[in-house]
Amino acid sequence: MSTPQAHMETLPRSVQALLSIGLMALLAFPFAGQDFYTQMVTRMMILAIFSMSLDLLQGITGLVSLGHAAYFGLAGYVLAFLSPADTGASWAISLPLAILGAALVALVIGCLVVRTHGIYFIMVTMAFSQMVYFLFFDNKGLGGSDGLYINVRPVALGLDMENKQVLYYFTLVCLVLVYVFLRRLLVSPFGRTLNGIRLNEHRTQALGYDSFSYKLTAFTLAGALAGLAGYLWAAQSGYVNPELMGFHMSAHAIMMVILGGMGNVAGALVGAFGFELFMHVFKDLPQVGGFDLGKHWQLWMGLLIVLVVVIAPQGLMGLLRPGSRAK
Amino acid sequence: MDLANILIQLLNSVQYGLLLFLLAAGLTLIFGIMGVVNLAHGSFYMLGAYLAYSLTNTWGNLALAVVVGTLISVTIGWLLEKLLFKHFYHRSHLDQVLLTFGLIYLFEELRSMLWGDDVHSVAVPAVLDWSIHLTDTLSYPAYRLFMLVVCSALALGLWLLISQTKLGMKIRAGAFNSDMAQAMGVNIVRLHSLVFAMGVALATLGGMLIAPLSSVYPYMGSQVLIMCFVVVVIGGIGSVRGALIAALLVGLVDTFGKVLLPQFASMLVYVLMALVLLLKPEGLFKQ
Amino acid sequence: MTEPLLKASLLSKRFGGLLAVNGVSLSLYKDQLHAVIGPNGAGKTTLTHLLSGDISASSGELWLKGQSVTGWPHHRLSLNGLGRSYQKTNVFLPLRVWENLLLAAQAKDAYAPYNPLSWWGRTERNPVVVARAERALQMSGLLAWKNTTAAMLSHGIQRQLEIAMVLATEPEVLLLDEPLAGMGAAEAETMIQLLHTLKKDHAMLLVEHDMDAVFALANVLTVMVNGTVIASGTPEAIRNDTHVQAAYLGEASA
Repeated sequence: MSTPQAHMETLPRSVQALLSIGLMALLAFPFAGQDFYTQMVTRMMILAIFSMSLDLLQGITGLVSLGHAAYFGLAGYVLAFLSPADTGASWAISLPLAILGAALVALVIGCLVVRTHGIYFIMVTMAFSQMVYFLFFDNKGLGGSDGLYINVRPVALGLDMENKQVLYYFTLVCLVLVYVFLRRLLVSPFGRTLNGIRLNEHRTQALGYDSFSYKLTAFTLAGALAGLAGYLWAAQSGYVNPELMGFHMSAHAIMMVILGGMGNVAGALVGAFGFELFMHVFKDLPQVGGFDLGKHWQLWMGLLIVLVVVIAPQGLMGLLRPGSRAK
Repeated sequence: MDLANILIQLLNSVQYGLLLFLLAAGLTLIFGIMGVVNLAHGSFYMLGAYLAYSLTNTWGNLALAVVVGTLISVTIGWLLEKLLFKHFYHRSHLDQVLLTFGLIYLFEELRSMLWGDDVHSVAVPAVLDWSIHLTDTLSYPAYRLFMLVVCSALALGLWLLISQTKLGMKIRAGAFNSDMAQAMGVNIVRLHSLVFAMGVALATLGGMLIAPLSSVYPYMGSQVLIMCFVVVVIGGIGSVRGALIAALLVGLVDTFGKVLLPQFASMLVYVLMALVLLLKPEGLFKQ
Repeated sequence: MTEPLLKASLLSKRFGGLLAVNGVSLSLYKDQLHAVIGPNGAGKTTLTHLLSGDISASSGELWLKGQSVTGWPHHRLSLNGLGRSYQKTNVFLPLRVWENLLLAAQAKDAYAPYNPLSWWGRTERNPVVVARAERALQMSGLLAWKNTTAAMLSHGIQRQLEIAMVLATEPEVLLLDEPLAGMGAAEAETMIQLLHTLKKDHAMLLVEHDMDAVFALANVLTVMVNGTVIASGTPEAIRNDTHVQAAYLGEASA
């Protein structure tokens, strides 16, 4: 992680196999599992979309954002605002609008933020997401600290998100689409340039690329995809509050990407599922001699993160890789 | 707003600004000299507050608590630097963000285990528990004035240290170009430890001083950290002078904002930051 | 008299109190190599930065192919036919040689990043870009290392890649900052041959310390000391210039 690595444009066989099996498992899951688990996996898929959107920004372009959750939460709020009190909003209308809203805010904030570099960028992305957080937290008209409820889930074209299976497959389709889109993006001219910017921005500019507009585009796209995830999250949980836009949510995204391995999209996906699994495992830890291990799950998560940073900087994907290409 | 009110808000602004300065100065120096972004900086602030609570409860004396608490905190900070941070000076910012974020998780959990999750209050020392009457209806707490004086003294002391002493010169050289300073004979390892310890001490002191006013609660470290970041960004990384001016600006905007535009108060500081960035992407006084 | 491809007029750069480049004027013509020499700290690299747009001048003007480009950022100059290689090797180390060249070759034709057409497709399927990269690969003699990771190349080969990347952008003006730096005799010979072939069809600026190379290649020589031009003319004239001998050539005999 400290020295930029080339990307995995072709995933190792083991990973390809893992992803294929994973997809088949996801397709079959709702038939085998209970409602509770269907919801849990839906949540994981939503977080995977969120995580992959950050990978575009962080892993591919090299921009470390501590404020990515702003776009995630905003899209959820758009759904909340567009949802009538007693019926479901049309997702055919509200979903594009939510994504557009998130993208627009990302574009505006991006214009200010992409001009900065390094540590400034990290700090200002955090600060701007806090600004959005406070805008909602302090204003009762926007729901305030209590947040807003979405009484009836979205419905359109015969697909009703109140139906947990429908929502599950809808999310799965989105997950696959986002994954394919980003994998193609990685090897496209645009993606290659973003990669160049990550490895050596100065030289990329010297070759003739206007890195500002590339970074801004990446920032906006990432925001839009985060918005998709945020919309689905709101649709699933039926509730939005400012915490969805907060620092902890942004940090959550970073940790998912890091755990899985940055820069190849598949890692972000794996990391999201992995993170959730670890969290459930830690939360379910038993009491040992009066000490409730499960209650202090954040401690174990913290240690896990520190461990990953120190020992396995390439994340889980790094462990699955036969050998690093660039040495 | 009448004159007395304005005076009160002005005093509050300066007090808040100076408090932020204590924290931001440490953060900006640690970043300027060691190139480390330390998200756990706020945790020392929180530690200071909780130590103030515990030690004052045990001994009933805030002053003693401050001295002992600062020593404890600096020792912890010194150990952290030697054992952990030192190895991250040359790693990427992302690694540092993650490491220190992991530390935040750890610290919050330790806090939860040692002190629980309740909000605690620390009593204002009896000797300072009175108010100065400004008008018939308005008065200003003496403790706040005390804080003002102490923070000003610390700020002045820091300024004198940085600008007038040999050590300060080394610090400035280190902030400007660490490798060059080392090449010119500065014991950079010792300087790093010292700067880190100073930063921790200031953060802890800040937490201890504010405890009687703001009470002691979970995640108070993260809240103040974000403000510190804003101050450092506005002031320019590595510049103590920038941190001071930015902190006072933030104090003013935030305090008067809360009074004049309560619905947008929290946002105003970020608007200020956005404006500064538009004009000067590297902050006002970037080294 | 043909128009210069690159013309600089009274370029100056001030860093605080230090005047690194003081009123330097020069012109680069097609099929000619203009060398800039001088002791360390003379401002040669800063001058190169000013010409390539890496840094903006404090005063002075710049024209590229007759168009005023003063203050243009370096990516814009690059798109308009100005290429520059760096003194310190500045390639994409984790990428293979071929990938480095593709990225360089793609720049000219790239769609705007917000154009969704650039989000699809693969550069290696674009025949124009591939051809451009191939030419650069051939010209700089890197065929054998096409699929080698840049980080694993020897210093000399990396310097060749440094030049190759500039060539892949097919510039008309070439600014080369110490291409021979750190090279052994054999490698230097190869590089000098390459530079010689490049003279045709390009307007070149060469900043170098290797005097043999300079005198072998240059049509015009400019000597800089402390940010100022102290002499400019043909190699013969410069060799015989007493000021230059005193200031530079006398000390730097190799």
